[in-house]
Amino acid sequence: MNLLDAVLWLPLAGFVLLLLIPRERVRAIRQFALGITTATFLLSLALLVGFDRTSAAFQYETNLPWISSPEIRYHIGIDGISLWLVLLTTLLSPIGVLISWQHIDRRVKEFFALFLAMEFGLIGVFVALDLFLFYVFWEVSLVPMYFLIGVWGHERRIYAAVKFFIYTMTGSMLMLAGIIYLYIRAGTFDYPALIEMMMNGSLMLDRMEQNLLFAGFFAAFAIKVPLFPLHTWLPDAHVEAPTAGSVMLASVMLKMGCYGLLRFCLPMFPAAARGAAPWIVMLAIAGILYGALVAMVQPNMKKLVAYTSVSHLGFVVLGLFTFTELGTNGAVYQMLNHGISTGALFALVGFLYERRHSLEIEDYGGVATPAPVLATMFLITSLASMGLPVLNNFVGEYLVLQGAAQVNFRWAVFAAIGVILAACYMLWMYQRVFYGEARKDFSMRDANLREWAVMSPLIILMVWMGTYTQTFLPPITASSAAILEQTKVNVEFHVERQMPRQELANAR
Amino acid sequence: MPANFVPPSGVEYIRVLPEIILAAVATLIMVLEPLTPAPRKRALGYLALAGFAGALAGAAAAGWRTGPAFSGMLEVDGFATFFRLLVILAGLLVTLVSFPYLRREEAESGEYYALLLYSVAGQTIMVSAADLIVLFIGLEISSIASYVLAGYMRREKLANEAAAKYFLLGSFATAFLLYGIALIYGATGTTRLNGIAQVLSDPRMAPAGILTGTAVALMLVGFAFKISAAPFQVWAPDVYQGAPSPVAAFLAAGPKAAAFAVLLRVFMTAFAPLTGRWLAIMWSLSLLTMIVGNFAALLQTNIKRLLAYSSIAHAGYVLVAVTAHSEEGVQAAMFYLTVYVFMNIGAFAVVAYFSRKGERYVEIEDLAGLGVRQPVLAALFAVILLSLIGVPPTAGFLGKFYIFQAAVKADLLWLTVLGLLNSAVAAYYYLRLIVIMYMKEPGDSLLELPGMAVSTRAALWTSAAAVVVLGLFPALIR
Repeated sequence: MNLLDAVLWLPLAGFVLLLLIPRERVRAIRQFALGITTATFLLSLALLVGFDRTSAAFQYETNLPWISSPEIRYHIGIDGISLWLVLLTTLLSPIGVLISWQHIDRRVKEFFALFLAMEFGLIGVFVALDLFLFYVFWEVSLVPMYFLIGVWGHERRIYAAVKFFIYTMTGSMLMLAGIIYLYIRAGTFDYPALIEMMMNGSLMLDRMEQNLLFAGFFAAFAIKVPLFPLHTWLPDAHVEAPTAGSVMLASVMLKMGCYGLLRFCLPMFPAAARGAAPWIVMLAIAGILYGALVAMVQPNMKKLVAYTSVSHLGFVVLGLFTFTELGTNGAVYQMLNHGISTGALFALVGFLYERRHSLEIEDYGGVATPAPVLATMFLITSLASMGLPVLNNFVGEYLVLQGAAQVNFRWAVFAAIGVILAACYMLWMYQRVFYGEARKDFSMRDANLREWAVMSPLIILMVWMGTYTQTFLPPITASSAAILEQTKVNVEFHVERQMPRQELANAR
Repeated sequence: MPANFVPPSGVEYIRVLPEIILAAVATLIMVLEPLTPAPRKRALGYLALAGFAGALAGAAAAGWRTGPAFSGMLEVDGFATFFRLLVILAGLLVTLVSFPYLRREEAESGEYYALLLYSVAGQTIMVSAADLIVLFIGLEISSIASYVLAGYMRREKLANEAAAKYFLLGSFATAFLLYGIALIYGATGTTRLNGIAQVLSDPRMAPAGILTGTAVALMLVGFAFKISAAPFQVWAPDVYQGAPSPVAAFLAAGPKAAAFAVLLRVFMTAFAPLTGRWLAIMWSLSLLTMIVGNFAALLQTNIKRLLAYSSIAHAGYVLVAVTAHSEEGVQAAMFYLTVYVFMNIGAFAVVAYFSRKGERYVEIEDLAGLGVRQPVLAALFAVILLSLIGVPPTAGFLGKFYIFQAAVKADLLWLTVLGLLNSAVAAYYYLRLIVIMYMKEPGDSLLELPGMAVSTRAALWTSAAAVVVLGLFPALIR
């Protein structure tokens, strides 16, 4: 039992213990949930201490047998990429609890119990090193989120929850078929073992197999990311979810898809991934532009932020499928950035909702006058989200764009338009909500202590990640370099000489 | 008496211990029935419970001394023991659910329990049969008792319709089966399963393909009816809806598992030489069953009909395992059937409890708000529903996993993909139950909801616990 096991299992232990608290003791339930999530976060911080930042190997590994036939192992561990994703999850969990402190006022016990169960599932997804175990956690995280949306959401919550579940389930089923096939082919679910076998050539998947397996895994991850045009569940789920649900969904759950692409799709089926890359990049760029354009015209703040997610995650997918070191690093960095800044945006929108009980932009105006602190927080977060230098998103977007430019300059040009559009929609929303004549028909108080507690760590991180990347990048670089190395195995590079037209005509 | 008759030895009686116990207790209940005053009928139920418990022990004892019995008419092997334990356990759980149900409906009688015992006895004979005649007898014992059970509420219109339909269609299907048996006897000169396999695999003795093909097809029709595989499934929704809820639970558990056991044994041993011929049929049968079950379930508003279609869909998944025709396939089918028995009885236990007197509340909408009023019960039901969807870490997921693993190994890639996508469709209608239970405000249907009786609660807890424990530790029964 090492530190990582403790980080993983503590939320589940919290889930079980929380069920024992009587349901009338609402305050105790909230405090307990906060205590568990905070403790998990502190424990996970300790992971940094013993972490070798220059190694690409999996660390804090635990490898125990679980089911003997077929051989399924409880195999967990983290590398430089999953380390940060675990920390992102554990950081946002206490924040999610704080956000829900007053927002959730009915069936409080169920809410926080499910929230802890979800944290368990989310951490599990990022630490599982056994394909079967990964699939289990993938689904385990789905169920609590379904309930969070369906029970505590807004008007169209049931539609959104069911759509979310069915979309994800359909993708997962295709992935499951892929996992089963891979197991039969390789005789193991163990991820490091599979990669090892692929690297040393004892497991060769032909191009057809790779294409089909890639398609199966990709379907699950692309829906979860979500990649345009599979994104339609996302605006519904985001808008209808309670604030903490939106935060966890945007910040962590969407990263499951990106992480899956990077961890499984690219290194295990490199030939297929490289073959499909131009098409996928096309979809990613379409998503960047489409998400930004649709966000611009949204009258509903939550929906607007939801569409910015489609746009931002397009950058992540673009970065991953450039197969360059810069692009991959940028993609991972962008995953973290999006987690921090979009999570913060959803939290802020939630704060506004708690005051005014509306998500429509037109119901606001002049909020900056009565609530200057809230306005400042919102401004910093918006600036971060649109990629202003010195703040976090700039770093990730820059890396992705440079990686894309190395492969195909046109990709970078089109993607960069998305950055410009981001400035338009964020600032326009900010202007309509916070500037102008202060509305008299409702009172607006400024940020309270709880809201300070939620926002300050996120804003500190935005600045930190934007100015001092050395804290975060080295482990990412080490691990993504290793993954890129794996994507070169088992691939035939075709260099096709383009025959000039004239020559072609002569040949005829 | 034939000249080569050898009287059965002592150990052969041990091998049929469960049948002896079940039949003896059932007959005892029939004898005691007229002697028991109405208020004390419950005692007969306890006797039935004891009978099932005894039969479980008997089956375990028989499992210790595996081997043939009665001149090889029965074959008590691991496979038979497994299914014997399963169907007896199903009978036991159904008895538990029946106690409060029959009391509520004021319909307690000894016959009900006796019929249940007889039916299970028939199933234990089916699963251990090594001869088509014995198989047929077991099937008939099981079926006839189930026909009567389906119409047990004889004053209910729907129950009458259910029983009549079940009986007519069931007899029709049995006739098909019997024709098949007759033809195969004509073709091979034997009714022993391994004898048939021997003849069929011997190129010098192999009978005409048209004859064996017809025989296999006819028998398959008979079995397909019993497992409610499409296109022979039409009876199932009506019968499940009309029959008392505990009986519906029973029909989807015991007889179905036993029929699958027989299907597996006949097609994996006797008809193994003909695998090439029946494989394509089985492939289509399983796909069609999954599609019909899942898509029809989407449209249901009555919980019992919904569970009936769900039961059809689950038969389709098990048929995928049969189509894989391998050792893994058989194991996967055994695991899945076990899990399904628990899921199914758990779900019907909730229906039996919730429906109230005269089964007034059986619409899906009636469940609204159950999650608020009865949080523990609703949580258990939700676990069972998630397992029916196939969400890890429940056993329903692992069962599907084993089945599709066997299918992939047998190169049934398309069947696997289509089957898995089917289970995504299935998620929709199971989720609807969860949605209504947790996300809708309570309505009139929750007024005067009594507490759940201890015995139903025991059955529900057992089912839910089994679903979780088997999901985490499948090695317990594999």
